[in-house]
Amino acid sequence: MGILEVKNVGKRFGGLQALSDVNLSVKENTVHAIIGPNGAGKSTLLNCLVGKLIPDTGSVMFDGQSVLGRAPYEINQMGISRVFQTPEIFGDLTVLENMMIPCFAKRDGSFMLNAMPMVSNQKEVLERAEFMLEEMNMADKRHMHSASLSRGDKRRLEIGMCLSQEPRLLLLDEPTAGMARADTNNTIDLLKEIAAERDITIAIIEHDMHVVFSLADRITVLAQGTPLVEDDPENIRGNPKVREAYLGETA
Amino acid sequence: MFGLDKRDTGVLIIVALLALFAPIILNPFPTDSAMAQFNAGYPDLMQKFVIFGIFAIGFNILFGLTGYLSFGHAAFLGIGSYSCVWMFKLLGYNVIPGIFLSILISGLFALLIGFVSLRRSGIYFSILTLAFAQMCFALAYSVLSNPRFNLTNGETGLQVYANDPQWFHRDGLPDLPHLFGLSMRATQKIQVGAWEFQFNAGYYLCALIMLVCFYLAIRIFRSPFGMMLRAVKSNQQRMNYTGLNSRPYTLAAFVISGMYAGLAGGLLSAVDPLAGAERMQWTASGEVVLMTILGGAGTLIGPVLGAGFIKYFENIFSKINDNVLHSWFAFLPDGMEDFMVFIIHPFIGKGWHLTLGILFMLVVIYLPGGLVEGGQRIQGWFRKRGTKTEAKAGKTEPAE
Repeated sequence: MGILEVKNVGKRFGGLQALSDVNLSVKENTVHAIIGPNGAGKSTLLNCLVGKLIPDTGSVMFDGQSVLGRAPYEINQMGISRVFQTPEIFGDLTVLENMMIPCFAKRDGSFMLNAMPMVSNQKEVLERAEFMLEEMNMADKRHMHSASLSRGDKRRLEIGMCLSQEPRLLLLDEPTAGMARADTNNTIDLLKEIAAERDITIAIIEHDMHVVFSLADRITVLAQGTPLVEDDPENIRGNPKVREAYLGETA
Repeated sequence: MFGLDKRDTGVLIIVALLALFAPIILNPFPTDSAMAQFNAGYPDLMQKFVIFGIFAIGFNILFGLTGYLSFGHAAFLGIGSYSCVWMFKLLGYNVIPGIFLSILISGLFALLIGFVSLRRSGIYFSILTLAFAQMCFALAYSVLSNPRFNLTNGETGLQVYANDPQWFHRDGLPDLPHLFGLSMRATQKIQVGAWEFQFNAGYYLCALIMLVCFYLAIRIFRSPFGMMLRAVKSNQQRMNYTGLNSRPYTLAAFVISGMYAGLAGGLLSAVDPLAGAERMQWTASGEVVLMTILGGAGTLIGPVLGAGFIKYFENIFSKINDNVLHSWFAFLPDGMEDFMVFIIHPFIGKGWHLTLGILFMLVVIYLPGGLVEGGQRIQGWFRKRGTKTEAKAGKTEPAE
């Protein structure tokens, strides 16, 4: 039994069957990559996992509990954090404040009317946020407006924010999309470090084969809304079906 | 002080001193001088300054922090006013129960209206709040004032009549709103040379409450709750995917700002025991939006400045008439005098809205951060000049 079990999931948008009969099992403490050509349904699948979309059929179980019908914030509180394709951070807030918000969410739950205590007195949260910034090598930028960070730093901050909640499953949606080579490599190193040092399962959606093959323990190939194969990276590389899906018939 | 850091304590003390000495500061011109009409230090206007200051501070908690632009906050102002007058009618002229009831009832209405309106954001939220406010206005203006069930007294406005119960009214108590016997109209006039200063009980009660409100607003701004509200404004998607439910946060902000508005409405009745439906009209809702943006949305002191600015214009500019203008330009030759009056005429008296509109446009275009940004720019300009002269001094030294 994996930590995330997707069974027979289907999703239709009008005349388009975006997902059909998707089965997926993500084992605990592994890096599982989901790859596939454009329009294969990768993002739709991810949106079904985090509560943004509700699949028409099938079930999604996280750690033995169904996530279907729950709001995104509830699913996050269950232990699933999501990193977006374009970094989603609180642009109007400073880097430190950005890091404090998930720490508050971890400590206080999805809502708490904490209107009279001062932020500056929240010692544990401040310490935790400072510690995470230290971990992410961003401590020197703590008072910067996060909107003025570079793309790579925004990504780092977003990953750090997700990690500060100590999620059990981290979902990454094309984390290196639109990045320069150097930033991509930094992100790969960061993710490798996270996977090695932490008690965490990572599911990653990616286009870039370089990223996928340097990170993944297990790969699922999605094509036209349905899984083609699920295997180890070595076997995927040579699989003719995968080549066909990606490159056309006889390649 | 009071758990605030140095800067916020400084701001609070400045506001407290301004409020305390307002009757003097706002009366800079001798009573008999030609400029006396620009004096704002009379009780009626000063009360409006602080009451609308409270209104704007509360509005800023919603709009400045969460970015949800409510176009119906005047509804809570009106509800507060009616609640307070009803307490006068039933219990007596002491202002304390009235003020408490106005906060309570407007809080309940805010909970209801916010619960429905906050299902949408952006322009749809604004329209929903506007619709609710107009419904409240219609209810107050006509529906709830029929002979069988008269809650608001319609067009005439709700007021206290001689045959009202006033259960706790005793002989010897003032026949006007009072605080345990101290009439809200009680005014101490002090003559200093050519100047006359008026110290009014109603004003000081309102100013004290405004200070408490201002202090609470600072606490909210600096609290984890305030940080969450800024997070709502910044990126609601990230917030939801960080395990935070933004709905109760925005609803709490909405209710708090509704209660501030209700308190302001209650105080309006406390200094003048008459509540009319026009207080709920959409123009009144728009006015508080103007105040907040003009002063600086999202800043602590901005809304108070904006409220003061607009109320000053409303009361002072609207009083200037053609006769006053003629006396100002009397030194010019006849034709020129008439010409100048002709030019300025549309901007004064009833035309004060025109002046305000132009000023508002100038502020929004050139100072998007409002009056507060203007102040900061001036401060920065002085500081830059200061460092320049210092740098010059530093350069000349080694040359010696």
